[in-house]
Amino acid sequence: MITHTLAAKALSAGYGDTVVLNGLDLDVPPGRITAIVGANACGKSTLLRAMSRLLSPHNGQVLLDGKSIHHMPPRQLAKMLGLLPQSPIAPEGITVADLVGRGRHPHQGMFSRWSRGDDEAVAAALEMTKTAGLAERPVDELSGGQRQRVWIAMALAQRTDLLLLDEPTTFLDVSHQIEVLDLLTDLNHSRGTTIVMVLHDLNLAARYADHLVAMARGRLHVSGPAEEVLTEETVRHVFGLDSRIISDPISGRPIMLPIGRHRVTAEPTGTGAPLPYSSDNPQKEDHS
Amino acid sequence: MQASSIDIVWNGRASRMRRRRLVIGSLLTLVVLLFALTLMLGQTFTPPGEVLRVLFGEEVQGASFTVGQLRLPRAVLAVLTGLSFGLGGAAFQIMLRNPLASPDIIGINLGASAAAVFAIVVLQMNGPAVSVFAVVAALGVAMAIYGLSFRDGVAGTRLILIGIGVAAMLESFIAYTLSRAPAWSLQEAMRWLAGSLNGTQTSQTLPLLVALFLFGGLLLSRARDLDTLRLGDDTAAALGTNVAATRIIVMIAAVGVIAVATAVAGPVSFVAFLAGSIAARLVGGNGSILLPAALLGAVLVMLADYAGQFLLPSRYPVGVVTGALGAPYLIYLIIRVNRSGGSL
Repeated sequence: MITHTLAAKALSAGYGDTVVLNGLDLDVPPGRITAIVGANACGKSTLLRAMSRLLSPHNGQVLLDGKSIHHMPPRQLAKMLGLLPQSPIAPEGITVADLVGRGRHPHQGMFSRWSRGDDEAVAAALEMTKTAGLAERPVDELSGGQRQRVWIAMALAQRTDLLLLDEPTTFLDVSHQIEVLDLLTDLNHSRGTTIVMVLHDLNLAARYADHLVAMARGRLHVSGPAEEVLTEETVRHVFGLDSRIISDPISGRPIMLPIGRHRVTAEPTGTGAPLPYSSDNPQKEDHS
Repeated sequence: MQASSIDIVWNGRASRMRRRRLVIGSLLTLVVLLFALTLMLGQTFTPPGEVLRVLFGEEVQGASFTVGQLRLPRAVLAVLTGLSFGLGGAAFQIMLRNPLASPDIIGINLGASAAAVFAIVVLQMNGPAVSVFAVVAALGVAMAIYGLSFRDGVAGTRLILIGIGVAAMLESFIAYTLSRAPAWSLQEAMRWLAGSLNGTQTSQTLPLLVALFLFGGLLLSRARDLDTLRLGDDTAAALGTNVAATRIIVMIAAVGVIAVATAVAGPVSFVAFLAGSIAARLVGGNGSILLPAALLGAVLVMLADYAGQFLLPSRYPVGVVTGALGAPYLIYLIIRVNRSGGSL
């Protein structure tokens, strides 16, 4: 199994004159699961887009095996690096198997025929994502969770050693979120695929990632194992939120409990912040 | 388990291929059938035997003129312009993921018309020079629309809206030019306003054929990359498609076929729009729409031209008939898209 290395060096990128990423350095550990977290508009998605060449950097570069991805033929890059964007579009009436088959695009020449190998890759992707039973169903008829698995299957059919995902769990209920993250972990364990994903939910990121990257204002704030990254200091710096970190009894990973202005009954330790108890608003905490 | 999944995938793909072949085969048969019928039918009926003898170059009393001089060139041009409009229209619709992105709606056909009217009325040009001028102008209009809608890549909706605006400007420019036109140039200029196959000549076949081979071939060679754009620009790029290059090539080729066809037959309205959207419904997700859309374009132009000549109380140019067909379909499509939020 070849493991490719992916790294961003002094990467600056943005849209038009707006600079979103500001000289960011990141080394993606090969063969591991990396989760990128951060507040809205901190540049998480922009980083993912720049690392998969959807966006040209203003400055700096993205290196795949030490070579700049911006000088690589697109198809060659697409055989090594896959990306699932936040909102891909399913053409009207397309079936699951057909959509998953589109993942074979970089492996097919302009006139080359569909091969047995292509069929095998599609079948394996369907099985891994448990969507083989849906193969001939139109994608528009599927539920949100099924649809997300189908998109992941398409990315799997691409057979890349690196897979980037932009918020793969958005719009999914909690059981489907876990299902998707378990699936990606399976993929990482069975094939050694390097996974980089932007996640909104800090606690799920801390549970599933081997390597956690916290971003703030277009820069990398801190990165490393979840235990080192997910601290009360990080949460305050990245999200501007007071919190308490405890150990998750299920996984042993850190878990973040936000401290808002209401409904706080326990004495917070370690934050040093006084708690405003004056609560007359029954609104619940809604973090993620 | 492994084997059965492969069977599911293999069978599914085989049945999609069958469906696609069926659609293309039926359309191809329809084109040939309509072509044969338009050679036989007209003011008078010519038996198939006589048509064949004319086609093989024999001199047949009466038939040689009606079939050889009148019907054959017209039928050939109907097929070629239909193929061109269908191909170019579908390419635009796929590229921008919107059936409304058809060149006859976003002002590209009108660009050719406006330039031709200007060339005839103001510059007093005539003959092939007008056509060349029109083709260049259509490319210019396409580039202008593309340039105006460019901001961090091109968003489909923005391009369509700008195109509709440009189309409105071109239309008022045409009206202004015509209002100042001397009577002698009016007749020639009018030909560029409603698509028509009246007075077509065999000499016009060659440029159309060349454009179809050149630009059509270019489009078909890009069909797979173009098809990935249907999944969204980001997904297409992630699958290894060079989105920007594909866009530019497809746009130049599509404008090329459309503009050359417009130079021959005028802006036959809504053929590009209709062919692409109907082809998308017929083919579903099963591969590229380009070829079926081209064949449908040929079917539409032949049917509409025949209807305009012989089925209606008086003779109408083909563009009038396709316009009458296309407008209600446009309304239907907008209602349907509004309801389901679907795209091409």
